Amino acid sequence: MRAKGTAFRYGQNVDTDVIIPARYLNTSDPAELALHCMEDIDLAFAKKVKKGDLIVADENFGCGSSREHAPLAIKASGISCVIASSFARIFYRNSINIGLPILESPEAVAGIKNGDTVEVDFSSGTITNTSTGQSWSAQPFPPFIQKMIASDGLINYLRQEN
Amino acid sequence: MSMTMTQKILAFHANKESVVPGKLIMADLDLVLGNDITAPVAINEFAKFGVQEVFDKSKIALVPDHFTPNKDIKAAMQCKQMRLFAAEQEIEHYFEIGQMGIEHALLPEQGLVNAGDLIIGADSHTCTYGALGAFSTGVGSTDMAGGMATGKAWFKVPAALKFNLRGSLQPWVSGKDVILHIIGMIGVDGALYKSMEFCGEGVASLSIDDRFTICNMAIEAGAKNGIFGVDEVALTYLREHCQRTPVIYEADADARYEKTYDIDLSVIRPTVSFPHLPENTRTIDEVGEIKIDQVVIGSCTNGRISDLRIAAKLLNGKKVNPTVRTIVFPATQQIYLQAMEEGLLKIFVEAGAVVSTPTCGPCLGGHMGILAEGERAVATTNRNFVGRMGHPGSEVYLASPAVAAASALSGMIANPELVEVN
Repeated sequence: MRAKGTAFRYGQNVDTDVIIPARYLNTSDPAELALHCMEDIDLAFAKKVKKGDLIVADENFGCGSSREHAPLAIKASGISCVIASSFARIFYRNSINIGLPILESPEAVAGIKNGDTVEVDFSSGTITNTSTGQSWSAQPFPPFIQKMIASDGLINYLRQEN
Repeated sequence: MSMTMTQKILAFHANKESVVPGKLIMADLDLVLGNDITAPVAINEFAKFGVQEVFDKSKIALVPDHFTPNKDIKAAMQCKQMRLFAAEQEIEHYFEIGQMGIEHALLPEQGLVNAGDLIIGADSHTCTYGALGAFSTGVGSTDMAGGMATGKAWFKVPAALKFNLRGSLQPWVSGKDVILHIIGMIGVDGALYKSMEFCGEGVASLSIDDRFTICNMAIEAGAKNGIFGVDEVALTYLREHCQRTPVIYEADADARYEKTYDIDLSVIRPTVSFPHLPENTRTIDEVGEIKIDQVVIGSCTNGRISDLRIAAKLLNGKKVNPTVRTIVFPATQQIYLQAMEEGLLKIFVEAGAVVSTPTCGPCLGGHMGILAEGERAVATTNRNFVGRMGHPGSEVYLASPAVAAASALSGMIANPELVEVN
């Protein structure tokens, strides 16, 4: 599995309230959530993002609330992968459970600027900045998590396994 | 193999002699919690799972507390979906408006939390129940769905940080100041993926409500859970609320902690977290002149009876500053009733504050106290992220009920020590 797209670069402690503000949590429709994704930190995001693009951010991405609406909004907006120096734990778990690929790599984050084109190979964990030619290897997911992401989340995965 | 309190609870529920940090385990759950925002997503996932019934009707709690009483049609639809699911599955612990309270105050009060329990909740502040010696942690809706279907969840066993408390708190300083002080010290990812274990001779001086507040905000340091040992204070609370026999786990004397912090409770000052992160703490002596528009006293962090008593003591016989909209939210119906019987609600109303039905509303910018652009609030809630209580250009300052009440009187962020109490 691979992903390729333009990087949207953010700083540290991007919280779930800016990823999807609570005022939009009266729905759980992913397409509707996607319209407001990142709105309070980057008003232009929802308009500019294209299928396959990536979010690249510093430490503690997804901190705060347990709202699964946050990774759902990101996934429905077309983002193919989030790369961060580190993730908040509930966001990390939720992303895997809904099948949103995420990778931890402080080195890659340091080498990617807003607007760079980035390519990710999930089976090897290789992240390449095709704008600069640099590449890094993140810890790849263990096979069961790769399967979970390929199955579009925990529930489908469990159903297939049983 | 030596273990911490958290590791022992996880090992027991995974049916293992011992566990080590980093290990992935599948564990049995004692309670699965969801609310009107997270449960609808979980119910949809549950339907995909292909089982007809939940694993145990008595071990699921559904609480419509976030956008309730229903704030708009979409919120009403989400609540209806949860209500129908609860009826169809005969969920024993569904709390309709009228019995409902803010989940993390309600569940312990209703006796659904016991020492030694393993609890997941699709709400990040589920970590509150560590005050009673339970392992509890926030998860997302899909984990909640899996939990409802199977009674199990997977966990990565956390490493631990030890907070060794000594001394006792000064007047007007409370559990909120302790946890804000700690988050200011270690940062919003200072305990990422780890458990925060609170121990030491200072614990005995902390009320159960102080402990709920401290564990509640463990997530604000990135922690998986916060936990206190079970002492006479916790046992007294459990005897009054929970019918089950407490299961007490103590950390081994040689349990391993990644780091130990020694904290002298007696030197902690009233503390305020400035926008837009809980780690941006200043003592009350360092806040300067900050004019405010709103005060919110309540939430799963600070809506308990002792919080209301503190606020009432400061507001008794006084008027809030006319420029400050002051909103008080008792966390449960029982707390509301108790506050009424103790005369606290009368004090609030006479002071010019409004008293609301229990709801999470303003804390997450849902309803019942949204801020306009450029407005500032002092809130006893738990997060001050950009846009948390309303407009992205508004600001939230996190503080204790004492600081919040003193600020309501003055119109600026204020020191409760300087208020002359009637």
